Amino acid sequence: MADDILRGRAWRLDHDISTDVLSPGAYAVDPVEVRKLHVLESVIPEFANEVVAGDIIVAGRNFGCGSSRETAAENLKALGVACVVTESLSRLFMRNAIAVGLPALICTGIHAAFADGDDIQVDLVTGVVTNVASLVELRADPLPEEMRRILASGGILALLKGRSVA
Amino acid sequence: MGMNLAERILARSAGRDQVAAGEFVMAEIDLALLHDIFAAQVFNLLRDTGLDQVFDPDRIVVVIDHLVPAPSEAAAAIHQSIREHISRLGITAFYDAGRGICHQLLPEHGHIRPGDLVVGTDSHTTTYGALGAGGTGIGTSDMVYALATGQLWFRVPETIRFEMTGDLMAGVSWKDVILHLAGRFGADGAQYRAIEFAGPAVAGADMSSRLTVCNMALEMGAKFGLFAADGVTDTYLRSHGGAGTEPFEPDADATYEAVHEIALSNLEPQVALPHEVDQVSPVTEVEGISLNQAFIGSCTNGRIEDLRAAAEVLAGHHIAPGMRLLVAPASRAVLGEALETGVAATLVEAGASILAPGCGPCFGGHGGLLAPGERCIGTHNRNFIGRMGSSEAEIFLASPATVAASALAGHIADPRKLGASDG
Repeated sequence: MADDILRGRAWRLDHDISTDVLSPGAYAVDPVEVRKLHVLESVIPEFANEVVAGDIIVAGRNFGCGSSRETAAENLKALGVACVVTESLSRLFMRNAIAVGLPALICTGIHAAFADGDDIQVDLVTGVVTNVASLVELRADPLPEEMRRILASGGILALLKGRSVA
Repeated sequence: MGMNLAERILARSAGRDQVAAGEFVMAEIDLALLHDIFAAQVFNLLRDTGLDQVFDPDRIVVVIDHLVPAPSEAAAAIHQSIREHISRLGITAFYDAGRGICHQLLPEHGHIRPGDLVVGTDSHTTTYGALGAGGTGIGTSDMVYALATGQLWFRVPETIRFEMTGDLMAGVSWKDVILHLAGRFGADGAQYRAIEFAGPAVAGADMSSRLTVCNMALEMGAKFGLFAADGVTDTYLRSHGGAGTEPFEPDADATYEAVHEIALSNLEPQVALPHEVDQVSPVTEVEGISLNQAFIGSCTNGRIEDLRAAAEVLAGHHIAPGMRLLVAPASRAVLGEALETGVAATLVEAGASILAPGCGPCFGGHGGLLAPGERCIGTHNRNFIGRMGSSEAEIFLASPATVAASALAGHIADPRKLGASDG
């Protein structure tokens, strides 16, 4: 069950982070335990070693652009990333993030409001995003109830299994 | 209030009289497409849910098109697994290796109808908007849900409408139009939106051109790329194994997030430069860049019209020394027509290697990859870094005519000049 209020350390990424960067093709058919070790390695080599459960990604425009590969979102979730907050998101990344149970928000102004390592708080219901140190408060597009229902189930496959039992 | 094409498609699929952009709906899927990169994984996940059955075997199409012919033992094993799964699940619409690319086969064999909602485990599922169908890519978990239930959630997208006017000049194609739009509006210019391609000029776009345009709508971030169904659609459907269609159009009072007028008459051939689809220049600004390989094929431009356009440029000539020209017909039917009409002979006499019908080297799996420092110009849809082999190679995207002219020259070349000099 996903909590509605998340708080963690921000990793600030650039614009146009593609699915090739989030899930390099060379490891496409490897298990998630291998894939997650290569997340972002072409832009932040130490990311997979240093990220801790509860950390939050803050990114620029067009995050997750490129292919339909769901592993881009699955890898981040496997590393314990709690949430992704971006200036804008690729549609396929957004769908896949919800499907695997990773909250992904669009929040205008987020890229300028955070530095790498800042303490960030995200309210998934209201969409309020807070820089805990500077107290700058932004408002992301709140997640619709339909998406929050899938996230609360732990992803769309968990929802499907629940449905088949019910 | 009137509805645009995307709203009409999602309203019908959701069993509603009316939907509006921004709403979420649970929609009934008309058709689900899986290809060999993800099909085995999806079927394994479906089995893991304990359900292991599909909502309707007759509304699922499976195509082996990416790893064709199997370039490795692992690929062959994946194909073997897919064949076992579809047999167990009772799926009969199955196109095995060598039949062609999914986005060519589904229209070619009458699987796509105007107004349908089609999901596929491939980002370029937007291609079916050429026939007025709402085609869009989804991931593997979403596909498992769709196969099990026949339903999937959708956000009704805002729509951007391009009103296109004027006639294309000789040597310019609709590939040049969509490259121009990607360059002008950006790789995220239609993010999470639908695009309607409309205006007086679209009546002159044949189905092959419309498929090219909707294929690359995805490269602008679009959820759907849509043409209304008209006489061109009706004729295409009748000649590809199906009944004809009534017009399927947006309501006259439909609303749009933006309407852009696009004049086509002065458009020059366009080239997308490494490593982004929206880094686009007129060919006249990049002529002379040296090349090692040219590729004609893919779900974007591997149809008979594309091969013919290339053959018209290549006829009676030979590609430049040091150049490699690869041609992958989009389907076995396309290859057959190229053989019957002499197009294939023209291509081979000009120095082309004909590959098996399928995705070919487009996605970087096999069949024509690049070494560090090499440059390829192709008719496909993506030029991302590392897409076709080495991350130190460079990929340029253009129309079949521009790719053919460049293969002859050994460097990027303007097909209009070649045509003029040849009389």
